[in-house]
Formats: sequence, C-alpha cells, structure tokens
Amino acid sequence: MSQSTVPRPPTPTEGGDPSTEPAPPGSGGRRRSRRRADALPPGGITFRHRLRRDYVLVLMTLPAVALLVVFAYLPIAGNVIAFQFYSPYAGDGFFDSMANSAWTGWENFQRMMEDRDFWRAVRNTLMFSGLQLLFYFPVPIALALLINSVLHSKVRAWSQAVLYLPHFFSWVLVITVFQQLFGGAGLVAQLFREWGWSDGFDLMTDPGFFKWLITAQVMWKDAGWGIIVFLAALSTVNTELYESAAVDGAGRWRRMWHVTLPALRPVIALLLVLQVGNMLTIGGEQYLIQRTAVGPGASEVLDTYVWHRGIEGGDFSYAAAIGIVKGIFSVGLVLAANRVAHAMGEQGVYSRR
Amino acid sequence: MSDTSVLVHDGEEKEVGKRQRPAWEEPPTRIGQTAKGTILGIALLAILFPLWIVLVTSLSDAETISRSGGLVVWPQGISLDAYRELLSGGEVSRAMAVSIGVTVVGTLLSMTVSVLAAYGLSRLGSLWHRTLLFTLMATMFFGGAGIIPTYLLIQSLGLMNSYAALILPMAVNVFNILVLRAFFMNVGQEIIDSARIDGASEVRILWGIVLPLSRAVLAVISLFYAVAYWGNWFAGFIYITDQDKLPLQNVLQQIVVAGERPAGMAQAIGTGQIPSLAVQTAVMVLALLPVAVLSPFVQRHFKKGMLIGAVKG
Repeated sequence: MSQSTVPRPPTPTEGGDPSTEPAPPGSGGRRRSRRRADALPPGGITFRHRLRRDYVLVLMTLPAVALLVVFAYLPIAGNVIAFQFYSPYAGDGFFDSMANSAWTGWENFQRMMEDRDFWRAVRNTLMFSGLQLLFYFPVPIALALLINSVLHSKVRAWSQAVLYLPHFFSWVLVITVFQQLFGGAGLVAQLFREWGWSDGFDLMTDPGFFKWLITAQVMWKDAGWGIIVFLAALSTVNTELYESAAVDGAGRWRRMWHVTLPALRPVIALLLVLQVGNMLTIGGEQYLIQRTAVGPGASEVLDTYVWHRGIEGGDFSYAAAIGIVKGIFSVGLVLAANRVAHAMGEQGVYSRR
Repeated sequence: MSDTSVLVHDGEEKEVGKRQRPAWEEPPTRIGQTAKGTILGIALLAILFPLWIVLVTSLSDAETISRSGGLVVWPQGISLDAYRELLSGGEVSRAMAVSIGVTVVGTLLSMTVSVLAAYGLSRLGSLWHRTLLFTLMATMFFGGAGIIPTYLLIQSLGLMNSYAALILPMAVNVFNILVLRAFFMNVGQEIIDSARIDGASEVRILWGIVLPLSRAVLAVISLFYAVAYWGNWFAGFIYITDQDKLPLQNVLQQIVVAGERPAGMAQAIGTGQIPSLAVQTAVMVLALLPVAVLSPFVQRHFKKGMLIGAVKG
C-alpha cells in the first residue's frame, strides 16, 4: 500500500512539533521512518489541518476530562479551605461559602502541632503500615514462587482462581467473615465455649490485638491477588538461564537465588516504592468500619481522623489541612523510596534523568 | 484474526495437564512435594473454609443452628427460609436493587467514558494528545487529597442522598484508562490504516475493529469497575443518610457488624422462627455471590491485562 493514498495528512515529525511523543520501540519506529519519506509541506502541517483530522479523538476524551475536572480538579482546588476558617453557612454552596469565609493563614497547620489525637493517628498509621510492610509484603512473593513451581497446570489454574477471589470482596464482607470466625459469637469463641476453655473470646473488639487483626485481614484479602504481578514477571524469565545454571551444577535453591530472584528484583523494587508511598494512605473503609468496635485509640489512622474531624465533627478547614499534609508527605515518601531504589540500581516508579 | 494474536503474549502455557519436566531439572524430593502441597493447601483452605461455613450456616434451619451453638460446619437441616424472607421485598431486597442498579449503570457509564478516552488518546502525535494525557495522569498523584472538598462539593451540587453520588465521583479511574489505552495501541496499525483508506470514521474503527479485538481487556476492566461499584461502602456511608436509599454493603454492615435486625424481620428473628445468624450469613452470601460467580470467568485474562498495565502504566 502506498502512503500517498491515505486521505489523512500524516502526523508531523518531531522537529516540526514539540507535542509529538517519541515513538515506542517496535512498530512505531517503522511508521516514523515512513513518515519522513513523505513530502511534508514546508513547516509541517497547520493547526487547522490537525484540528480537522483529530477533532473526533479530542471529543472522545472530553467526557473523561470533564468528569475529572469536576470530581478531581475542583476538589483539589477546594483544598484552599485549609487556609481559611471555612463555614458551610457563610454562603450559598461550597464555592460561595469559601469566598465568604475568613482567611486564617497557617493557623490550621499550627493546630496540628499541639493536637495529640492527630499525632496518635500518625503513630497508628505508621505502625500499621510498618507491620504490613514487614509481614504482608513478602507473602505474595513466596506464594508466587510456590505456585510457579507447581507443574500441573490444572492445579495452578484452580489455585489461582481461589487465591484471587477475596481481592474482589468488599471490605465490609471481609470484616464480616472475620467476625463470624473470631468475633464474640464466632466459630472460635463457639468452640472455646464448648470445650470450656474461655468465655470471653472476642478478637474483633480487642484494642490490643487490632494491629494483628487488620494485618491478617489485608493478607486474607490481597495476598493472593498480589502474586499476579510476580507470576507475570516469572513467566518472562528465560528458561535457558535455568538450564545452563543446572548444567553448571546449581541446585534448585541456588537457581532460585541466582536466577529467579534477580529476575523479580525490578518488580519487587517497584512495588516496594509504591507501598512506601502509600504508607500514609492505609485506612479508609477497613478502619472506619471497625472504629466503633475497638475505639479510636487503637484504630484511628490519618484517613479516619480526617473523616472524624471534618465530616463527623464539622471542622472542615482543619480536616482539609490534615489531608494536605498527608498528601505532601506521601509524595515525599515516594520520591525518597525511589531515590533508594535508584541507589540500588533499580528503576523504581520513574526513571533517572 | 483471532483474539489472542494481537495481545502481547506473556508466555502463559496453553496446554492443559502436566508440563513435561525438562531433562536438567532434578526430580522433586518427597519432603519438598509434601511441604509445597501442605502450604498451598493451608492457603486455599484459609480462603475457602470461612466461605463454606458462612454458606452452610445461611442454608441451615433453626434447629441445626441452635444445636451447633452458632455457626454450622457440616450441613444437616437445610432451610431456605432466611433467603425467602430477605428476598421477599424487605430492606435487603431494596438494598440489593440499589446496588445492582448502581453497579450496572455505573459500569456502563465508566466503560463508555473510559473506552472513548482510551481510544482518543491512543494515537501518538494527535492534536493535544500530550496535554490531555497529562490532564488525566496528574490526578493519579494527588488521588486521596480530597475527602473533605469532595464531600463539600457533592453537598453543594445537591447530590446528597442521590444515587449519582454513588456513581459520578468514582466514574473515571485513570489507571483503567491507561490499561485500555495500552491495549488499543497494540491493535495492528495496518488494519486501522486500511480501514481509514476505505473511509471508515474513527467511531467506526473503534466500534468495528478495535473493540472486537480487545474483548479480553474489556472484560477485565468491566469487572474492575463493577467490583468497585458493588463493593463500595464509603460513598453510601457519607453521602446517603436516607435509610431507604442505602446500598447493600451499608445494610450488610448494619446487620452483621452493628448487629441490627433488618426492618420488617425483627419479629421473625425475635421469635426464633428464623435464626439471626442465618439472616446475617445469608446477607453475606448475597453480597459475595455476584463477585464469586463473575470473577472466575474473567480470571484467565487477568495476567495479560496486568502485565501490560504494569509495563506501560
């Protein structure tokens, strides 16, 4: 087929237009060289040409952009109430109230310093995510290695189907399942009563046990799903490497150490960076649902504290300020973790300049 | 062209049954095999056993439940009373209708918007391509920075106690769009070029060529969206104050975690006609059933979808 018969003008080359992305390796490279061979009008094609050619594509993205502008960008802008003493009664609707509320500068941020409940939420958040990093993070890697070593593909397929399932359950469902097992009226308490061991067994309302409870819940829900990325990485390992290692006398453990784990290293590093970046964002439903059962002392994390002060307590400005601080520190954590990954020779989330 | 030929192959084995052990690999030791089997067995049991007792208890009659002192491990007296009562038009039936409606409408909306955006962004070098892509991706970095402003916005848009509040704020997931886009970019450029020569419009190319070749990823992303809508509890918790509009997850939380009795069933439970444990577990089964039925069908596509998402996203 000859390129000149294509009715649409070809895309401009990199030199003519700064908005062109470098083509990906593979098919793109071939396309680009074909384009160069074309006789472009001097100075590339005009904006009007591109508009006429691409306006359908632009229109297609508009619904998504519109939804994001309203439900992502407007709320981001709405965070300026953190620098105010926002009152919902100051005006008619969010933005009118915002315009009529008094500015307070950094006062809301200074309040955080002396707020002991805030620091308790910070401590809890870091403790819970630290425990997950330590006890949850390695589990999917080990499970993936195990599944990968199972030869029978039917066993593999069925195990994966079961292991992936809890990931699609809601947090309410996961918590209710745990309650039926370990709650005051759950299966374990029932057996203990029957055997006459103890009467008051109830792990769901025990503040001291809460940190282990939520770690176990995260593991039950997501450890199986977590193996998917590692299985994908394992399937790309060149089997000849195993063969030559075996020929050189490496046993199965040494092959795992010298071939399999190096192949998983980039993926592990990437997920570790993401996990560290999410350290402050644990929370949401899992904690909010169980907050009443164990009390805020044991369960309050940053996300639930934002809800508690803002939506429940009505102190919107202060809660928004906490949200901003959390966001800034999260970005900082990703950058720091990525630095460490780079220092260890890994790519991390974004590549080094 | 077959479905799989345009997808990136990730070395997933196609043959069913036992893979041939390569000659260089030593035969498994008995201890190793036993250890592997035990660990895998425990992991699978840890997932399936709780679901099993929940299912069995929900199907047990009052006598069996009181004899076992609570949850039932082995089915004896079977009774569908709990389900019959729950599905005969009470609070839980209504909550299920809300959840099904939100999930169906939400998934259709999300898929339409996401597929259009993914295709619109799939051609490198098209007009404003980079600006639009950046507009989408930038939101991934400050994702959680706005519970409070989002809540105030929903309030001032007059969406409190509306089903739209359960759909619109989570209608667009940028990660899902990026996965779809990565797949669309893999659809053979030659076919698209020749369709264009024949004068096909962009809509026609998307509908007639790209989508039929992307069925696997469409199934996976639809499942992701549907599960997100179906399992969402937080939106119902903060945006819906009207008990008659709550979705299933919130009613499940009220009945099991908070121990409330479903409206209209208090008498049947109080007199011991239907054990409250059977009611609790039956609501749990209703909440997990759609997910447990749907996801295994989609699961064979998971690895492909995730791999490309991980590489390009």
